Amino acid sequence: MASLKELSALPEVLAPGHRLCAGCGAPIVVRMITRAAKGPLVVANATGCLEVSTTIYPYTSWNTPWIHTAFENAAATASGVEAAYHALKRRGKVDKDINIVVFGGDGGTYDIGFQSLSGAMERNHKLVYVCYDNGAYMNTGIQRSSATPKGANTTTSPVGKVSYGKRENRKDLTEIMAAHNIPYAAQVSPSHWNDLYQKAEKAFAANGAAFINAFAPCPRGWRHDTKDTIEICRLAVDTCFWPLYEVVDGKYRVTYKPREKKPVTEFLKAQGRFSHLFQPGNEEVLEAIQKEVDRKWEELLKLEELSNS
Amino acid sequence: MALETKQVAMTGNEAVANAIKQINPDVIAAYPITPQTDIVQYYSSFVADGQVDTQMVTVESEHSAMSATIGASAAGARAMTATSSQGLALMHEMLHIASGFRLPIVMPVVNRAVSAPINIHCDHSDTMAALTTGWLQIYSENAQEAYDNVIQAMRIAEDPRVRLPVMVCYDGFITSHAVENLFLLPDETVKQFVGEYNPKHTLFDFDSPVTFGPLVLPDYFSEIKAQEADAMRAAKEVILEIAEEFAKISGRKYGYYEGYHLEDAERVIVVLSSTAGTAKEVVDELRAQGEKVGLMKPRVIRPFPAEEFVKALSGAKVVAVMDRAETFSTQGGQLFTELRAAFYEAPTKPLMRNYIFGLGGRDTTTAEIRRVFEDLKKDQERGSVDRKVTHLDVRV
Repeated sequence: MASLKELSALPEVLAPGHRLCAGCGAPIVVRMITRAAKGPLVVANATGCLEVSTTIYPYTSWNTPWIHTAFENAAATASGVEAAYHALKRRGKVDKDINIVVFGGDGGTYDIGFQSLSGAMERNHKLVYVCYDNGAYMNTGIQRSSATPKGANTTTSPVGKVSYGKRENRKDLTEIMAAHNIPYAAQVSPSHWNDLYQKAEKAFAANGAAFINAFAPCPRGWRHDTKDTIEICRLAVDTCFWPLYEVVDGKYRVTYKPREKKPVTEFLKAQGRFSHLFQPGNEEVLEAIQKEVDRKWEELLKLEELSNS
Repeated sequence: MALETKQVAMTGNEAVANAIKQINPDVIAAYPITPQTDIVQYYSSFVADGQVDTQMVTVESEHSAMSATIGASAAGARAMTATSSQGLALMHEMLHIASGFRLPIVMPVVNRAVSAPINIHCDHSDTMAALTTGWLQIYSENAQEAYDNVIQAMRIAEDPRVRLPVMVCYDGFITSHAVENLFLLPDETVKQFVGEYNPKHTLFDFDSPVTFGPLVLPDYFSEIKAQEADAMRAAKEVILEIAEEFAKISGRKYGYYEGYHLEDAERVIVVLSSTAGTAKEVVDELRAQGEKVGLMKPRVIRPFPAEEFVKALSGAKVVAVMDRAETFSTQGGQLFTELRAAFYEAPTKPLMRNYIFGLGGRDTTTAEIRRVFEDLKKDQERGSVDRKVTHLDVRV
């Protein structure tokens, strides 16, 4: 277990001076994940906030080889990089052992990049795919994605006279990735930095494809103070809205079980995107959200029990 | 020195798969689509039998095929893929990115009609829709040319003056699936001809890391695109240089186009790929009857060698440009409009007319070609064309 002091001394892949917003979850995730890569690292990035804010030509924030081609294909692009690595190593043109990490937002991962991600996971390329999940298309201005939580106010699921925001529950992408039977899948949150770091280490060490779903608040889209990012992450974990767990070769392990599971309203009320749910008339929506969180949490605990028995 | 060659009977796809085998690229990422599928199948068995040591990525779509090929190429690998029709349409977005990244990817494209209606047979609507993607396009009449063009394309793409991707196009089923006699070069000759690929910047250069695919705003975007256009211009010269080198190892000569009885021809058909073979037959027939007819078969249309095409047709009185794809501009096919525009500055211009033909694999036989030459003869006598754009052999 590394200390924060030790972690902060590790080489920095993402240089300061990038143009991501204050309080953005993405660079926190990137800086923590990349620290766990031992040795040379190639980064592939889907189109999105992280890509546009870190590579405004002729500048770049990346101290390591980096590639972005398009929105829906970061996993496919990285598949090619990994294939090139095997080919060039076999032919003596590359001698180092390298790591490949992919970063995509939820739009580029849950939605438009879903097919290419599934393909890359099924082919079991040795790479770590990290989704920084901020639950909407933030780069284009807060449009709903399939990662957007039920009840959230976005610009394409707006609250109106006859609308309480997004009507559907989130897609459970981590489960879907685990169903690809890849060597490693996990959910992490920046609030639990040590858990995150350890999982990243395991992902890089995995013998094949690894997937990490990282909770990544967006103060602009979620409507919260930039200083509250980590606190909101903690609330997501403590309410079991965002459970921390890993699936290693099919075995589930919940890596953090809150001593006291907080009501989901504590997570919701901290963010402006859910403020309308606390107006009279939306009690049923809040109830439905709580019910779904409970159901998923119970299901996860059962999966842990079943897969280890 | 006598040239070493081996005569074989192969389909176009088998010939192309053999060209790729002799190149032995580092990475192939491909997805099956009719009529390209054989290439992927042949290559998979080459890999399975250990005849090549290419890393093969059997991706889940053509979009991912091109994405993975781009990723591999940016990482410093010699990377290839192949496709047809819907596959090329699905990778369209990534075609721009391959050329924008200046990656020397070579891709055989087995020409097939684009839906709807769905159709698996030949026309050129797939590659014609990709003319503005920054890829070179080289067309092949038969299996021999497809084989030769794939080998030359590798050198053209990787030339430091070019560094652009290349499509090598040939006709679906007609060329891809018909067995022809052709000559293969010895493996060692091809290996030496294509040489080693050692790009200057790659994703595996950890000492001076490169950011591939940054966000470029209006302050630099135009310069990057202008450089790409310069590279396409430079490709013109490189194509001929490589062709000359290739002639030395193969005895087969290539240029921007092939002229057939063109020198003194008054009535000329301009047509790409396999239909040129049919047209040659008719030219022979009519020449035997004393008719001054000829054929021009463009080989390269990206870059578009306008000057050379105009010069080649400068003696013609009437020209029929045959396009195997609609543009729906109502002003004719792509080859017709570009060739016609090329004559804008010419002191003398032939009469020009356009035929849209062979869509969705409709056979174009010697009878249709003869009819086109008959039309041209009437036009020449009349001193004008009676119809600018005609759909050839279509029920009304």
